[in-house]
Amino acid sequence: MSAPMGTEGGFQPVLLWTDALLWLLVALGVLAVFHARGQAPLREAWRKVGKRPVGMATATVLLAFVAVGMLDSLHYRPLLPAVDAAQAAEAGAAERAGPVYSTEVLSVLDAVLAPLRLQTEKTYSAPFAWTLYQRETIEAADGRQLRDYPRLLHGGAHLGEEPAAGRAGDLAVSMARALGQAALAWLAAFVVLATLVWRGSGHGWGEVAAAVLGGRTVLAWRAALVMLGVLLAAVALGVELAPRYHVFGTDKVGQDVLYLALKSVRTALVIGTLTTLVMMPFAVALGIAAGYLGGWVDDAVQYVYTVLNAIPGVLLIAAAVLMMQVVIDTHPEWFDTAAERSDARLLALCFILGITSWTGLARLLRGETLKLRELEYVQAARAFGVGTPAILRRHILPNLMHIVLIALVMDFSGLVLAEAVLSYVGIGVDPSTISFGTMINMARAELAREPMVWWSLAAAFVFMFVLVLAANLFADVVRDAFDPRRG
Amino acid sequence: MLAYLLRRVLYAVPILIGVNLLTFVLFFVVNSPDDMARMQIGVKRATPEAIERWKVERGYDKPMFINDEAKGSARFTETIFYNKSLRMFALEFGRADDGRDIGQEIRDRMGPSLAIALPTFVLSLFASISFALLLVFFRASYLDFWGVVLCVAMMSISSLFYIIGGQWLVSKLWALVPISGYAPGLDAARFLVLPVLISVLAGIGSSARWYRTLFLEEISKDYVRTARAKGLSELAVLFRHVLRNALIPILTGAVVVIPLLFMGSLLVESFFAIPGLGSYTIDAINAQDFAVVRAMVFIGSVLYIVGLILTDISYTLADPRVRLQ
Repeated sequence: MSAPMGTEGGFQPVLLWTDALLWLLVALGVLAVFHARGQAPLREAWRKVGKRPVGMATATVLLAFVAVGMLDSLHYRPLLPAVDAAQAAEAGAAERAGPVYSTEVLSVLDAVLAPLRLQTEKTYSAPFAWTLYQRETIEAADGRQLRDYPRLLHGGAHLGEEPAAGRAGDLAVSMARALGQAALAWLAAFVVLATLVWRGSGHGWGEVAAAVLGGRTVLAWRAALVMLGVLLAAVALGVELAPRYHVFGTDKVGQDVLYLALKSVRTALVIGTLTTLVMMPFAVALGIAAGYLGGWVDDAVQYVYTVLNAIPGVLLIAAAVLMMQVVIDTHPEWFDTAAERSDARLLALCFILGITSWTGLARLLRGETLKLRELEYVQAARAFGVGTPAILRRHILPNLMHIVLIALVMDFSGLVLAEAVLSYVGIGVDPSTISFGTMINMARAELAREPMVWWSLAAAFVFMFVLVLAANLFADVVRDAFDPRRG
Repeated sequence: MLAYLLRRVLYAVPILIGVNLLTFVLFFVVNSPDDMARMQIGVKRATPEAIERWKVERGYDKPMFINDEAKGSARFTETIFYNKSLRMFALEFGRADDGRDIGQEIRDRMGPSLAIALPTFVLSLFASISFALLLVFFRASYLDFWGVVLCVAMMSISSLFYIIGGQWLVSKLWALVPISGYAPGLDAARFLVLPVLISVLAGIGSSARWYRTLFLEEISKDYVRTARAKGLSELAVLFRHVLRNALIPILTGAVVVIPLLFMGSLLVESFFAIPGLGSYTIDAINAQDFAVVRAMVFIGSVLYIVGLILTDISYTLADPRVRLQ
């Protein structure tokens, strides 16, 4: 047996474009938190979000998704084992001396999920199965050939000769153990949280802990704790069961579906957030310019967005993606690895989606700027001789940020859903990028199969539903808190 | 009124020119015809002769803007820009890669697209408005709360799930209607029931929630309180006053999509194998038939602009205070 490709022994970090932008977004988020702490109105608005149990619960779920996505955004190329490196050098792939790194780009999440990633089967297998989904001709020990369901290499391999008898007991024990661990972890989280709330509150610790459990704290900590309990239970079950079973089954080429679903989270986050991030500078600049400067600038901006609006979104996206494909396919020399190529395509998709969707935000910002421009304090600033750039920076822009924030959270869920549809149509992410869309697309061919292979679809839809539902509910809470027209 | 309409139509011309230029830049400047030929033929088999043949077949072998070899007006007409872009204004789209006339294909496929899009549009409006009214009638009750939760949950489900789930449940498990296909004439009904129902279901969450907020906004106005004060029942207030006034923004907002119904729906048509314009577009995208995609982009924007003009007209019809000049 050849040794598995280990991650030990050195690696070369790889910074993909989307990684950089995602981390930039996280940094912006942290900065925004510090900024908001010093500003009373912003602090008050975020407090409003925190007071709503829905807000706290959905924020917890979203943070869990973000954690998965960010772990998946730290990429590296592992060092090839010495033998493989020698082969690669002989083949002329690497002329230079020194360490040879794999062309396969992995992420920290891949390393964490190594058992899931490496334990592939031959083809489909159902969730928690110990055999493949189809009969195959196998050779028995005495040389006879018979058609039967072959045992899986990894899923349920520990069950021994009588898997049917052992599985129920094994599952029950594992689940009990997992839930026990989850309960312990939850208790620890509760103690930490109660201590944090208690610090400097002037009440006794027991009193504060009881208030947290009873839901009587200012911020809705109880909702967050309940959701945290659910998440911890799910994680513990996964940690306990996933190395020994294929919890969501395997797909056509035998990959674990749970692994694919977790990898899809990053793609969804990239599409959902970076699209708004990359179009925001355009939307803000053009919206403000049109609203504040008026005149021919206004006419020009309005003309541009009417033209872009006039083309039905899907068709514009289709046309742009087709053209982008041609550019990428005719310039293979731009990309070192397949991962970089699919990453470039993902980022380009964000830009294309951004171009088709910035018009709505620009129009909102233009309208708001028109209103702000006539307010007394802006007119006073102008009368004092403050220059236009200073007025825009100091008086207009800060008063538009709530619209940008609302757009960011409101667009997220729609974009995640759009990715699946676009990938299905064939104008989404690169087929080699793992995403909800590509998962559904691959599973679609198997719908006609009898009996049906349902688990890939189910896993993709369930993960997507949880993410989008949480995002939708969170977006509503944020909008209610930040939109001055809503109470 | 007539003068206003004329001006609106004239205003549409620069927008269409913009769309036309944008598609031209996208399809011919971002990538040269040589690049496209190389990709379609396959990089390995792309000999210079093969590329040339590919370009001649599609008429991409001419110069971009000005043909120095031709005389007179042919200097401008014997170019890619004139033949592929400007002639779209005359609704001449040329031929698809399979040699068929795109204009004819579009005329043939409009029928099936409309057969599915029109009932979906009408039923969706009716179902969403009814559901929103129900929620508003029971406002601030548990029914309202859980109704909104249901709406948000339904919005959060991928439209692919509705289609795949619906096909599996209704066509496969219950075997009530064929899984996919199409037949001309009245026979089409049994093929259309499921896709229409699924599209209505998939759209009801977001629109019902949106309509509910519109109704609630309307219901907090003074004239509604007056109506109640003079002793009208809640139902009468809702149907005779709130519904009629709230319908104005709803219907005028819906008018803009009516012309676009011709384009059909990409997803539904491709899943149910309906020979409409949506599946035509999808096939063109998958086959990378750039001429068809270009034609669909242009038609789509023409229809959108028609929708905008219709919206303006519908405002005057619905609200006599709006005067167009």
